Amino acid sequence: MAVAGVGLAAYTAKSSGLDARALRPPGALNGIDFLSACVRCGLCVEACPYDTLKLATLFEPVTTGTPFFEARSVPCEMCEDIPCQTACPTGAISPDLASIDDAKMGLAVLIDQENCLNYQGLRCDICYQVCPVMDEAITLDIRRNERTGHHAMFIPTVHSDACTGCGKCEQACPLEKEAIKVLPLEIAKGELGHHYRWGWKEKEKAGESLIGEMLELPHGLPSGDTK
Amino acid sequence: MRLPVGARATQVNGFFNAHKYLILRRISQLTILMLFMLGPLAGVWIIKGNLSASLFLETIPMSDPFVLLQSFVAGHIPETTALIGAAIVTLVYFGLGGRVFCSWVCPVNVITDLAHWLRRKLKIRTSTKLSPNIRWYLLLLSLVMPLITGTIIWEQVNPVSLLHRGLIFTMGLGWFLVAAIFMFDFLLVERGWCGHICPMGAFYNALGKKSIVRVDASSRDKCDKCMDCFAVCPEPQILKGPLFGADKGQSSLIDTGDCTNCGRCIDVCSEKVFEIKNRFTR
Ligand code: SF4
Ligand code: SF4
Ligand code: SF4
Ligand code: SF4
Ligand code: SF4
Repeated sequence: MAVAGVGLAAYTAKSSGLDARALRPPGALNGIDFLSACVRCGLCVEACPYDTLKLATLFEPVTTGTPFFEARSVPCEMCEDIPCQTACPTGAISPDLASIDDAKMGLAVLIDQENCLNYQGLRCDICYQVCPVMDEAITLDIRRNERTGHHAMFIPTVHSDACTGCGKCEQACPLEKEAIKVLPLEIAKGELGHHYRWGWKEKEKAGESLIGEMLELPHGLPSGDTK
Repeated sequence: MRLPVGARATQVNGFFNAHKYLILRRISQLTILMLFMLGPLAGVWIIKGNLSASLFLETIPMSDPFVLLQSFVAGHIPETTALIGAAIVTLVYFGLGGRVFCSWVCPVNVITDLAHWLRRKLKIRTSTKLSPNIRWYLLLLSLVMPLITGTIIWEQVNPVSLLHRGLIFTMGLGWFLVAAIFMFDFLLVERGWCGHICPMGAFYNALGKKSIVRVDASSRDKCDKCMDCFAVCPEPQILKGPLFGADKGQSSLIDTGDCTNCGRCIDVCSEKVFEIKNRFTR
Protein backbone atom coordinates (compact mmCIF):
# COMPACT_ATOMS: atom_id res chain seq x y z
CA MET A 1 0.00 0.00 0.00
CA ALA A 2 2.81 2.34 0.94
CA VAL A 3 4.48 1.44 -2.33
CA ALA A 4 1.32 2.31 -4.22
CA GLY A 5 1.13 5.59 -2.34
CA VAL A 6 4.71 6.55 -3.01
CA GLY A 7 4.42 5.49 -6.64
CA LEU A 8 1.30 7.53 -7.09
CA ALA A 9 2.87 10.52 -5.39
CA ALA A 10 5.93 10.26 -7.58
CA TYR A 11 3.85 10.03 -10.71
CA THR A 12 1.81 13.02 -9.62
CA ALA A 13 4.86 15.06 -8.79
CA LYS A 14 6.22 14.27 -12.19
CA SER A 15 3.06 15.01 -14.08
CA SER A 16 1.58 17.86 -12.10
CA GLY A 17 3.86 20.42 -13.61
CA LEU A 18 2.55 21.95 -16.77
CA ASP A 19 4.59 21.40 -19.87
CA ALA A 20 6.17 24.63 -21.08
CA ARG A 21 4.24 24.42 -24.33
CA ALA A 22 0.85 23.80 -22.73
CA LEU A 23 -1.43 26.62 -21.68
CA ARG A 24 -4.51 26.55 -19.46
CA PRO A 25 -7.91 27.96 -20.51
CA PRO A 26 -8.58 31.64 -19.72
CA GLY A 27 -9.32 32.29 -16.06
CA ALA A 28 -7.91 28.94 -14.92
CA LEU A 29 -6.65 28.92 -11.36
CA ASN A 30 -2.89 28.84 -10.99
CA GLY A 31 -0.75 25.72 -10.88
CA ILE A 32 -1.59 23.48 -7.98
CA ASP A 33 -4.88 25.26 -7.26
CA PHE A 34 -6.09 24.24 -10.68
CA LEU A 35 -5.12 20.64 -9.97
CA SER A 36 -7.12 20.65 -6.76
CA ALA A 37 -10.19 22.07 -8.48
CA CYS A 38 -10.45 20.62 -11.98
CA VAL A 39 -12.36 17.32 -12.05
CA ARG A 40 -11.32 16.68 -15.66
CA CYS A 41 -14.88 16.63 -16.99
CA GLY A 42 -14.11 18.26 -20.33
CA LEU A 43 -17.13 20.54 -20.20
CA CYS A 44 -14.83 23.44 -21.05
CA VAL A 45 -13.43 21.48 -23.98
CA GLU A 46 -16.90 20.81 -25.36
CA ALA A 47 -17.94 24.42 -24.82
CA CYS A 48 -15.06 25.87 -26.82
CA PRO A 49 -16.35 26.74 -30.30
CA TYR A 50 -12.87 26.66 -31.84
CA ASP A 51 -11.72 23.26 -30.53
CA THR A 52 -8.88 25.05 -28.83
CA LEU A 53 -8.86 22.99 -25.68
CA LYS A 54 -7.86 19.35 -25.30
CA LEU A 55 -7.78 16.99 -22.34
CA ALA A 56 -4.41 15.49 -21.53
CA THR A 57 -4.14 11.74 -21.91
CA LEU A 58 -2.11 9.33 -19.80
CA PHE A 59 1.66 9.96 -19.89
CA GLU A 60 1.30 13.26 -21.73
CA PRO A 61 3.44 15.95 -20.09
CA VAL A 62 0.30 17.64 -18.78
CA THR A 63 -1.57 16.28 -15.75
CA THR A 64 -3.84 13.46 -16.92
CA GLY A 65 -7.31 14.57 -17.90
CA THR A 66 -6.82 18.30 -17.43
CA PRO A 67 -7.60 20.81 -20.20
CA PHE A 68 -4.86 22.67 -22.04
CA PHE A 69 -4.08 24.11 -25.44
CA GLU A 70 -1.06 24.50 -27.63
CA ALA A 71 -0.91 27.97 -29.09
CA ARG A 72 1.02 27.04 -32.22
CA SER A 73 -1.69 24.62 -33.39
CA VAL A 74 -4.94 26.17 -32.13
CA PRO A 75 -4.79 29.38 -30.10
CA CYS A 76 -7.59 30.79 -27.95
CA GLU A 77 -9.85 33.12 -29.91
CA MET A 78 -10.75 35.11 -26.81
CA CYS A 79 -14.54 34.77 -27.00
CA GLU A 80 -16.35 37.74 -25.47
CA ASP A 81 -18.69 35.46 -23.52
CA ILE A 82 -15.93 33.03 -22.43
CA PRO A 83 -17.96 29.81 -22.97
CA CYS A 84 -15.27 27.61 -21.41
CA GLN A 85 -15.55 29.58 -18.20
CA THR A 86 -19.35 29.44 -18.13
CA ALA A 87 -19.25 25.68 -18.68
CA CYS A 88 -16.87 24.89 -15.84
CA PRO A 89 -18.93 23.50 -12.96
CA THR A 90 -16.21 23.50 -10.33
CA GLY A 91 -14.62 26.92 -10.50
CA ALA A 92 -11.32 25.50 -11.76
CA ILE A 93 -11.83 28.11 -14.44
CA SER A 94 -12.54 30.89 -12.03
CA PRO A 95 -15.78 32.84 -12.41
CA ASP A 96 -13.79 35.83 -11.14
CA LEU A 97 -12.42 36.55 -14.59
CA ALA A 98 -14.80 39.33 -15.62
CA SER A 99 -13.49 40.14 -19.07
CA ILE A 100 -11.53 38.01 -21.50
CA ASP A 101 -9.14 40.95 -21.90
CA ASP A 102 -8.00 40.35 -18.34
CA ALA A 103 -7.10 36.73 -19.04
CA LYS A 104 -3.57 35.60 -18.25
CA MET A 105 -3.19 32.27 -20.00
CA GLY A 106 0.48 32.89 -20.48
CA LEU A 107 2.80 35.55 -21.79
CA ALA A 108 4.14 35.96 -25.31
CA VAL A 109 7.92 36.16 -25.41
CA LEU A 110 9.86 37.06 -28.54
CA ILE A 111 12.30 34.37 -27.71
CA ASP A 112 14.38 34.05 -30.88
CA GLN A 113 15.65 37.47 -31.90
CA GLU A 114 18.14 35.91 -34.31
CA ASN A 115 15.37 34.61 -36.53
CA CYS A 116 12.57 37.13 -36.05
CA LEU A 117 12.21 38.94 -39.37
CA ASN A 118 11.58 42.32 -37.80
CA TYR A 119 14.79 42.01 -35.83
CA GLN A 120 16.62 41.79 -39.17
CA GLY A 121 15.05 45.05 -40.27
CA LEU A 122 12.22 43.57 -42.34
CA ARG A 123 8.59 44.49 -41.90
CA CYS A 124 6.90 41.20 -41.12
CA ASP A 125 4.81 42.65 -38.27
CA ILE A 126 2.49 39.65 -38.36
CA CYS A 127 2.46 39.01 -34.63
CA TYR A 128 1.69 42.64 -34.07
CA GLN A 129 -1.09 42.62 -36.66
CA VAL A 130 -2.91 39.52 -35.44
CA CYS A 131 -2.83 40.40 -31.77
CA PRO A 132 -6.41 40.83 -30.49
CA VAL A 133 -5.17 43.46 -28.03
CA MET A 134 -3.36 45.32 -30.80
CA ASP A 135 -0.98 48.11 -29.83
CA GLU A 136 -1.32 47.25 -26.18
CA ALA A 137 -0.02 43.71 -25.80
CA ILE A 138 2.48 44.04 -28.64
CA THR A 139 3.86 47.38 -29.75
CA LEU A 140 6.43 48.02 -32.45
CA ASP A 141 9.30 49.88 -30.90
CA ILE A 142 11.49 51.80 -33.31
CA ARG A 143 15.20 51.26 -33.14
CA ARG A 144 18.07 52.23 -35.42
CA ASN A 145 19.16 49.52 -37.84
CA GLU A 146 22.87 49.23 -37.15
CA ARG A 147 23.39 46.88 -40.09
CA THR A 148 22.29 49.27 -42.81
CA GLY A 149 23.04 52.36 -40.82
CA HIS A 150 20.15 54.34 -42.18
CA HIS A 151 16.99 52.33 -41.64
CA ALA A 152 14.73 51.68 -38.72
CA MET A 153 13.88 48.38 -37.11
CA PHE A 154 10.41 47.81 -35.72
CA ILE A 155 10.87 45.59 -32.74
CA PRO A 156 7.77 43.71 -31.58
CA THR A 157 7.67 44.31 -27.86
CA VAL A 158 5.31 42.43 -25.58
CA HIS A 159 3.73 44.10 -22.55
CA SER A 160 2.77 41.72 -19.79
CA ASP A 161 0.01 43.92 -18.40
CA ALA A 162 -1.99 43.63 -21.63
CA CYS A 163 -0.95 40.27 -23.12
CA THR A 164 -3.62 37.62 -22.44
CA GLY A 165 -1.51 34.71 -23.64
CA CYS A 166 -4.07 33.76 -26.26
CA GLY A 167 -1.36 32.55 -28.62
CA LYS A 168 -2.56 34.20 -31.83
CA CYS A 169 0.90 35.68 -32.41
CA GLU A 170 2.64 32.37 -31.89
CA GLN A 171 0.29 30.65 -34.29
CA ALA A 172 0.68 33.33 -36.96
CA CYS A 173 4.47 33.75 -36.93
CA PRO A 174 5.47 32.79 -40.50
CA LEU A 175 8.79 31.19 -39.65
CA GLU A 176 9.31 27.46 -39.93
CA LYS A 177 9.42 27.49 -36.15
CA GLU A 178 7.89 30.46 -34.39
CA ALA A 179 10.19 33.15 -33.00
CA ILE A 180 7.53 34.35 -30.58
CA LYS A 181 6.20 31.82 -28.09
CA VAL A 182 3.54 32.03 -25.43
CA LEU A 183 4.90 30.58 -22.22
CA PRO A 184 3.21 29.89 -18.91
CA LEU A 185 3.65 32.91 -16.64
CA GLU A 186 5.78 31.00 -14.13
CA ILE A 187 8.31 30.48 -16.88
CA ALA A 188 7.98 33.77 -18.71
CA LYS A 189 8.04 36.18 -15.80
CA GLY A 190 10.98 37.21 -13.66
CA GLU A 191 10.49 38.58 -10.19
CA LEU A 192 12.21 41.53 -8.61
CA GLY A 193 14.19 41.01 -5.39
CA HIS A 194 11.68 41.85 -2.68
CA HIS A 195 13.89 44.55 -1.17
CA TYR A 196 14.44 46.23 -4.55
CA ARG A 197 12.97 49.66 -5.14
CA TRP A 198 13.12 51.63 -8.32
CA GLY A 199 14.62 54.96 -7.25
CA TRP A 200 12.75 57.03 -9.78
CA LYS A 201 9.41 55.51 -8.85
CA GLU A 202 9.97 56.08 -5.16
CA LYS A 203 10.95 59.62 -5.94
CA GLU A 204 7.76 60.12 -7.88
CA LYS A 205 5.67 58.62 -5.11
CA ALA A 206 7.27 60.78 -2.44
CA GLY A 207 7.19 63.86 -4.64
CA GLU A 208 10.88 64.42 -3.96
CA SER A 209 14.13 62.54 -3.67
CA LEU A 210 14.14 60.41 -0.55
CA ILE A 211 17.76 61.19 0.28
CA GLY A 212 17.59 64.85 -0.54
CA GLU A 213 19.72 66.46 -3.20
CA MET A 214 22.78 66.98 -1.02
CA LEU A 215 24.52 63.78 -1.90
CA GLU A 216 27.38 64.20 -4.34
CA LEU A 217 28.49 60.92 -5.80
CA PRO A 218 31.86 60.63 -7.51
CA HIS A 219 31.63 60.40 -11.28
CA GLY A 220 33.73 57.56 -12.60
CA LEU A 221 35.67 58.62 -15.69
CA PRO A 222 37.25 56.23 -18.20
CA SER A 223 40.64 57.61 -17.37
CA GLY A 224 40.26 56.40 -13.80
CA ASP A 225 40.10 59.97 -12.51
CA THR A 226 37.19 61.19 -10.47
CA LYS A 227 35.56 64.46 -11.47
CA MET B 1 -23.32 -34.19 -15.85
CA ARG B 2 -22.90 -30.70 -14.55
CA LEU B 3 -24.41 -28.14 -16.86
CA PRO B 4 -22.52 -24.96 -17.71
CA VAL B 5 -23.32 -21.97 -15.49
CA GLY B 6 -26.73 -20.57 -16.29
CA ALA B 7 -27.71 -23.33 -18.73
CA ARG B 8 -30.34 -24.72 -16.41
CA ALA B 9 -31.91 -21.30 -15.98
CA THR B 10 -32.03 -20.89 -19.76
CA GLN B 11 -33.75 -24.29 -20.10
CA VAL B 12 -36.31 -23.57 -17.44
CA ASN B 13 -36.94 -19.86 -17.80
CA GLY B 14 -36.00 -19.22 -21.43
CA PHE B 15 -33.02 -17.32 -22.82
CA PHE B 16 -34.40 -13.87 -22.25
CA ASN B 17 -35.32 -14.41 -18.61
CA ALA B 18 -31.99 -16.05 -17.95
CA HIS B 19 -30.15 -13.02 -19.34
CA LYS B 20 -32.59 -10.24 -18.62
CA TYR B 21 -30.54 -8.18 -16.20
CA LEU B 22 -27.34 -8.83 -18.08
CA ILE B 23 -28.91 -7.48 -21.26
CA LEU B 24 -30.49 -4.53 -19.49
CA ARG B 25 -27.19 -3.67 -17.88
CA ARG B 26 -25.28 -3.75 -21.13
CA ILE B 27 -27.96 -1.60 -22.72
CA SER B 28 -27.70 0.80 -19.81
CA GLN B 29 -23.90 0.99 -19.96
CA LEU B 30 -23.91 1.40 -23.71
CA THR B 31 -26.69 3.97 -23.77
CA ILE B 32 -25.03 6.13 -21.15
CA LEU B 33 -21.74 6.00 -23.01
CA MET B 34 -23.43 6.70 -26.36
CA LEU B 35 -25.31 9.69 -24.99
CA PHE B 36 -22.01 11.18 -23.88
CA MET B 37 -20.31 10.37 -27.19
CA LEU B 38 -23.14 11.60 -29.35
CA GLY B 39 -22.15 15.21 -28.71
CA PRO B 40 -18.53 15.14 -29.87
CA LEU B 41 -19.26 12.53 -32.58
CA ALA B 42 -22.51 13.72 -34.10
CA GLY B 43 -23.14 17.13 -32.58
CA VAL B 44 -26.20 15.89 -30.70
CA TRP B 45 -25.81 17.34 -27.25
CA ILE B 46 -28.05 15.43 -24.87
CA ILE B 47 -25.45 15.22 -22.18
CA LYS B 48 -22.15 17.07 -22.01
CA GLY B 49 -18.99 16.32 -20.10
CA ASN B 50 -18.21 12.91 -18.69
CA LEU B 51 -18.85 10.84 -15.58
CA SER B 52 -16.75 13.20 -13.46
CA ALA B 53 -19.11 16.10 -14.15
CA SER B 54 -21.77 16.60 -16.75
CA LEU B 55 -24.69 18.69 -17.84
CA PHE B 56 -27.88 16.92 -18.92
CA LEU B 57 -30.10 18.70 -21.46
CA GLU B 58 -28.36 21.99 -20.71
CA THR B 59 -30.05 22.10 -17.30
CA ILE B 60 -29.37 19.26 -14.88
CA PRO B 61 -25.80 19.15 -13.56
CA MET B 62 -24.37 15.88 -12.30
CA SER B 63 -21.01 15.31 -10.76
CA ASP B 64 -19.16 12.43 -9.21
CA PRO B 65 -19.19 12.85 -5.42
CA PHE B 66 -15.95 10.83 -5.17
CA VAL B 67 -13.88 13.21 -7.28
CA LEU B 68 -15.51 16.22 -5.66
CA LEU B 69 -14.63 14.92 -2.23
CA GLN B 70 -11.02 14.52 -3.34
CA SER B 71 -11.10 18.06 -4.67
CA PHE B 72 -12.46 19.29 -1.36
CA VAL B 73 -9.73 17.51 0.59
CA ALA B 74 -7.18 19.01 -1.77
CA GLY B 75 -8.38 22.41 -0.62
CA HIS B 76 -10.85 23.58 -3.22
CA ILE B 77 -14.44 24.56 -2.48
CA PRO B 78 -16.31 23.68 -5.68
CA GLU B 79 -18.83 26.05 -7.22
CA THR B 80 -22.52 25.47 -6.57
CA THR B 81 -23.14 23.78 -9.92
CA ALA B 82 -20.78 20.96 -9.05
CA LEU B 83 -22.18 20.68 -5.54
CA ILE B 84 -25.76 20.41 -6.78
CA GLY B 85 -24.56 17.85 -9.31
CA ALA B 86 -22.92 15.77 -6.61
CA ALA B 87 -26.05 15.94 -4.45
CA ILE B 88 -28.18 14.63 -7.32
CA VAL B 89 -25.80 11.76 -8.05
CA THR B 90 -25.44 10.91 -4.37
CA LEU B 91 -29.20 10.75 -3.91
CA VAL B 92 -29.68 8.50 -6.91
CA TYR B 93 -27.11 5.95 -5.76
CA PHE B 94 -28.15 6.24 -2.16
CA GLY B 95 -31.53 4.97 -3.26
CA LEU B 96 -30.68 2.55 -6.03
CA GLY B 97 -27.59 1.03 -4.45
CA GLY B 98 -24.14 2.58 -4.57
CA ARG B 99 -22.56 -0.05 -6.72
CA VAL B 100 -25.34 0.25 -9.23
CA PHE B 101 -22.72 2.61 -10.59
CA CYS B 102 -20.41 -0.39 -11.00
CA SER B 103 -22.79 -2.72 -12.75
CA TRP B 104 -25.01 -0.35 -14.67
CA VAL B 105 -22.78 2.60 -15.55
CA CYS B 106 -19.04 2.02 -15.18
CA PRO B 107 -17.31 1.29 -18.51
CA VAL B 108 -14.51 -0.67 -16.83
CA ASN B 109 -17.11 -3.18 -15.66
CA VAL B 110 -17.56 -4.32 -19.25
CA ILE B 111 -13.83 -5.04 -19.47
CA THR B 112 -13.57 -6.86 -16.15
CA ASP B 113 -16.78 -8.81 -16.80
CA LEU B 114 -15.34 -9.88 -20.12
CA ALA B 115 -12.15 -11.03 -18.42
CA HIS B 116 -14.18 -13.01 -15.92
CA TRP B 117 -16.38 -14.55 -18.60
CA LEU B 118 -13.30 -15.59 -20.59
CA ARG B 119 -11.76 -17.13 -17.48
CA ARG B 120 -14.86 -19.24 -17.04
CA LYS B 121 -15.05 -20.25 -20.70
CA LEU B 122 -11.36 -21.15 -20.84
CA LYS B 123 -11.52 -22.78 -17.43
CA ILE B 124 -8.70 -20.70 -16.01
CA ARG B 125 -8.83 -21.50 -12.31
CA THR B 126 -5.50 -20.18 -11.05
CA SER B 127 -5.85 -16.98 -9.16
CA THR B 128 -3.51 -15.16 -6.83
CA LYS B 129 -5.05 -14.43 -3.48
CA LEU B 130 -5.51 -10.76 -2.74
CA SER B 131 -7.31 -9.12 0.11
CA PRO B 132 -10.59 -7.59 -1.02
CA ASN B 133 -9.87 -4.88 1.53
CA ILE B 134 -7.18 -3.30 -0.62
CA ARG B 135 -9.90 -1.12 -2.11
CA TRP B 136 -10.69 0.34 1.28
CA TYR B 137 -7.06 1.18 1.92
CA LEU B 138 -6.81 2.70 -1.54
CA LEU B 139 -9.98 4.68 -0.93
CA LEU B 140 -8.43 6.01 2.26
CA LEU B 141 -5.22 6.76 0.40
CA SER B 142 -7.04 8.57 -2.39
CA LEU B 143 -8.73 10.77 0.20
CA VAL B 144 -5.64 11.43 2.32
CA MET B 145 -3.09 12.05 -0.42
CA PRO B 146 -4.83 15.20 -1.72
CA LEU B 147 -4.34 16.63 1.75
CA ILE B 148 -0.59 16.25 1.35
CA THR B 149 -0.15 17.01 -2.33
CA GLY B 150 -2.93 19.56 -2.79
CA THR B 151 -4.02 17.85 -6.00
CA ILE B 152 -6.72 15.38 -6.97
CA ILE B 153 -4.28 12.54 -7.11
CA TRP B 154 -6.31 9.42 -7.87
CA GLU B 155 -7.63 11.04 -11.04
CA GLN B 156 -4.14 10.80 -12.53
CA VAL B 157 -4.63 7.08 -12.92
CA ASN B 158 -8.28 6.29 -12.15
CA PRO B 159 -9.10 3.85 -14.96
CA VAL B 160 -12.83 4.46 -14.65
CA SER B 161 -12.74 8.14 -15.52
CA LEU B 162 -9.73 7.60 -17.74
CA LEU B 163 -11.58 5.11 -19.93
CA HIS B 164 -14.82 7.05 -20.01
CA ARG B 165 -13.05 10.33 -20.72
CA GLY B 166 -10.84 8.64 -23.27
CA LEU B 167 -13.77 7.23 -25.22
CA ILE B 168 -15.44 10.64 -25.40
CA PHE B 169 -12.30 12.72 -25.99
CA THR B 170 -9.05 10.91 -26.74
CA MET B 171 -7.63 7.79 -25.22
CA GLY B 172 -3.94 8.16 -26.11
CA LEU B 173 -1.78 5.80 -24.10
CA GLY B 174 -4.68 5.24 -21.73
CA TRP B 175 -5.34 1.97 -23.55
CA PHE B 176 -2.29 0.53 -21.83
CA LEU B 177 -3.91 0.95 -18.45
CA VAL B 178 -7.17 -0.58 -19.65
CA ALA B 179 -5.32 -3.50 -21.23
CA ALA B 180 -3.33 -3.97 -18.03
CA ILE B 181 -6.51 -4.22 -15.99
CA PHE B 182 -7.94 -6.73 -18.41
CA MET B 183 -4.83 -8.91 -18.28
CA PHE B 184 -4.68 -8.61 -14.50
CA ASP B 185 -8.26 -9.84 -14.15
CA PHE B 186 -7.93 -12.42 -16.89
CA LEU B 187 -4.67 -14.06 -15.90
CA LEU B 188 -3.68 -13.04 -12.41
CA VAL B 189 -6.53 -12.44 -10.01
CA GLU B 190 -10.13 -13.48 -10.48
CA ARG B 191 -12.35 -10.40 -10.15
CA GLY B 192 -9.06 -8.69 -9.34
CA TRP B 193 -9.77 -5.08 -10.11
CA CYS B 194 -13.43 -4.56 -9.22
CA GLY B 195 -13.49 -7.07 -6.41
CA HIS B 196 -10.27 -6.08 -4.68
CA ILE B 197 -8.67 -2.86 -5.80
CA CYS B 198 -10.91 -0.17 -7.27
CA PRO B 199 -11.37 2.60 -4.68
CA MET B 200 -14.14 4.13 -6.75
CA GLY B 201 -16.16 0.94 -6.33
CA ALA B 202 -15.39 1.13 -2.63
CA PHE B 203 -16.61 4.70 -2.46
CA TYR B 204 -19.92 3.85 -4.09
CA ASN B 205 -20.06 0.74 -1.95
CA ALA B 206 -19.97 2.93 1.15
CA LEU B 207 -22.47 5.33 -0.37
CA GLY B 208 -25.02 2.60 -0.97
CA LYS B 209 -24.59 0.57 2.20
CA LYS B 210 -28.20 1.12 3.22
CA SER B 211 -29.77 1.66 -0.17
CA ILE B 212 -33.49 1.20 -0.67
CA VAL B 213 -33.25 -1.17 -3.63
CA ARG B 214 -31.81 -4.53 -2.65
CA VAL B 215 -31.67 -8.05 -3.99
CA ASP B 216 -33.46 -10.52 -1.75
CA ALA B 217 -33.03 -14.31 -1.74
CA SER B 218 -36.65 -14.40 -0.73
CA SER B 219 -37.35 -17.93 -1.98
CA ARG B 220 -34.17 -19.41 -0.58
CA ASP B 221 -36.03 -22.54 0.53
CA LYS B 222 -36.29 -23.43 -3.16
CA CYS B 223 -32.50 -23.23 -3.69
CA ASP B 224 -31.14 -26.53 -5.04
CA LYS B 225 -27.51 -25.61 -4.39
CA CYS B 226 -26.47 -25.59 -8.03
CA MET B 227 -24.13 -22.73 -7.08
CA ASP B 228 -24.58 -20.95 -10.40
CA CYS B 229 -25.18 -17.63 -8.61
CA PHE B 230 -21.82 -18.03 -6.87
CA ALA B 231 -20.16 -18.51 -10.23
CA VAL B 232 -21.54 -15.30 -11.73
CA CYS B 233 -21.67 -12.97 -8.72
CA PRO B 234 -18.85 -10.43 -8.75
CA GLU B 235 -18.77 -10.62 -4.94
CA PRO B 236 -19.73 -14.27 -4.32
CA GLN B 237 -18.85 -14.14 -0.61
CA ILE B 238 -21.97 -12.05 0.05
CA LEU B 239 -24.37 -14.79 -1.07
CA LYS B 240 -23.65 -17.38 1.60
CA GLY B 241 -25.41 -15.73 4.52
CA PRO B 242 -28.64 -14.70 2.81
CA LEU B 243 -28.91 -18.03 0.96
CA PHE B 244 -27.91 -20.60 3.56
CA GLY B 245 -28.11 -18.72 6.85
CA ALA B 246 -31.80 -19.33 7.51
CA ASP B 247 -31.18 -21.60 10.49
CA LYS B 248 -28.80 -19.03 11.97
CA GLY B 249 -31.58 -16.49 11.72
CA GLN B 250 -29.90 -14.55 8.93
CA SER B 251 -32.07 -12.37 6.77
CA SER B 252 -32.44 -13.34 3.14
CA LEU B 253 -31.82 -9.74 2.12
CA ILE B 254 -28.43 -9.22 0.49
CA ASP B 255 -27.89 -6.18 2.62
CA THR B 256 -24.33 -5.12 1.89
CA GLY B 257 -22.67 -2.37 -0.05
CA ASP B 258 -20.62 -5.04 -1.81
CA CYS B 259 -23.64 -6.14 -3.86
CA THR B 260 -23.70 -4.29 -7.16
CA ASN B 261 -27.42 -4.90 -7.76
CA CYS B 262 -26.40 -6.36 -11.08
CA GLY B 263 -29.18 -8.91 -10.90
CA ARG B 264 -27.05 -11.61 -12.46
CA CYS B 265 -27.94 -13.98 -9.63
CA ILE B 266 -31.60 -13.46 -10.50
CA ASP B 267 -30.83 -14.29 -14.12
CA VAL B 268 -28.96 -17.54 -13.59
CA CYS B 269 -31.17 -19.01 -10.92
CA SER B 270 -33.49 -21.62 -12.44
CA GLU B 271 -35.46 -21.80 -9.17
CA LYS B 272 -36.20 -18.06 -9.08
CA VAL B 273 -34.77 -17.70 -5.60
CA PHE B 274 -33.82 -14.06 -5.95
CA GLU B 275 -35.82 -10.95 -6.63
CA ILE B 276 -35.33 -7.21 -6.44
CA LYS B 277 -36.94 -5.70 -3.40
CA ASN B 278 -37.51 -2.41 -1.70
CA ARG B 279 -35.86 -2.76 1.68
CA PHE B 280 -38.83 -1.23 3.50
CA THR B 281 -41.76 -3.08 1.99
CA ARG B 282 -40.27 -6.47 1.34
S1 SF4 C 1 -12.18 31.87 -24.68
FE1 SF4 C 1 -13.22 30.89 -26.41
S2 SF4 C 1 -11.58 30.19 -27.77
FE2 SF4 C 1 -10.64 30.66 -25.81
S3 SF4 C 1 -10.58 28.66 -24.79
FE3 SF4 C 1 -12.44 29.73 -24.10
S4 SF4 C 1 -14.03 29.02 -25.46
FE4 SF4 C 1 -12.07 28.48 -26.44
S1 SF4 D 1 -14.81 22.43 -17.17
FE1 SF4 D 1 -13.61 22.99 -15.38
S2 SF4 D 1 -13.52 21.10 -14.15
FE2 SF4 D 1 -14.17 20.51 -16.21
S3 SF4 D 1 -12.26 19.98 -17.28
FE3 SF4 D 1 -12.67 22.15 -17.72
S4 SF4 D 1 -11.52 23.25 -16.14
FE4 SF4 D 1 -11.70 21.13 -15.45
S1 SF4 E 1 5.50 37.20 -36.59
FE1 SF4 E 1 7.39 36.17 -36.00
S2 SF4 E 1 8.92 36.84 -37.49
FE2 SF4 E 1 7.19 38.23 -37.69
S3 SF4 E 1 7.70 39.94 -36.39
FE3 SF4 E 1 6.48 38.54 -35.13
S4 SF4 E 1 7.98 37.21 -34.12
FE4 SF4 E 1 9.05 38.27 -35.81
S1 SF4 F 1 -15.36 -1.62 -8.95
FE1 SF4 F 1 -14.55 0.20 -10.00
S2 SF4 F 1 -14.00 -0.45 -12.06
FE2 SF4 F 1 -15.28 -2.05 -11.15
S3 SF4 F 1 -17.32 -1.59 -11.86
FE3 SF4 F 1 -17.09 -0.58 -9.86
S4 SF4 F 1 -16.32 1.49 -10.29
FE4 SF4 F 1 -16.08 0.28 -12.16
S1 SF4 G 1 -25.70 -10.75 -5.17
FE1 SF4 G 1 -26.66 -10.83 -7.18
S2 SF4 G 1 -27.09 -8.70 -7.64
FE2 SF4 G 1 -25.62 -8.68 -5.98
S3 SF4 G 1 -23.65 -8.54 -6.98
FE3 SF4 G 1 -24.06 -10.74 -6.67
S4 SF4 G 1 -25.00 -11.41 -8.57
FE4 SF4 G 1 -25.11 -9.15 -8.54
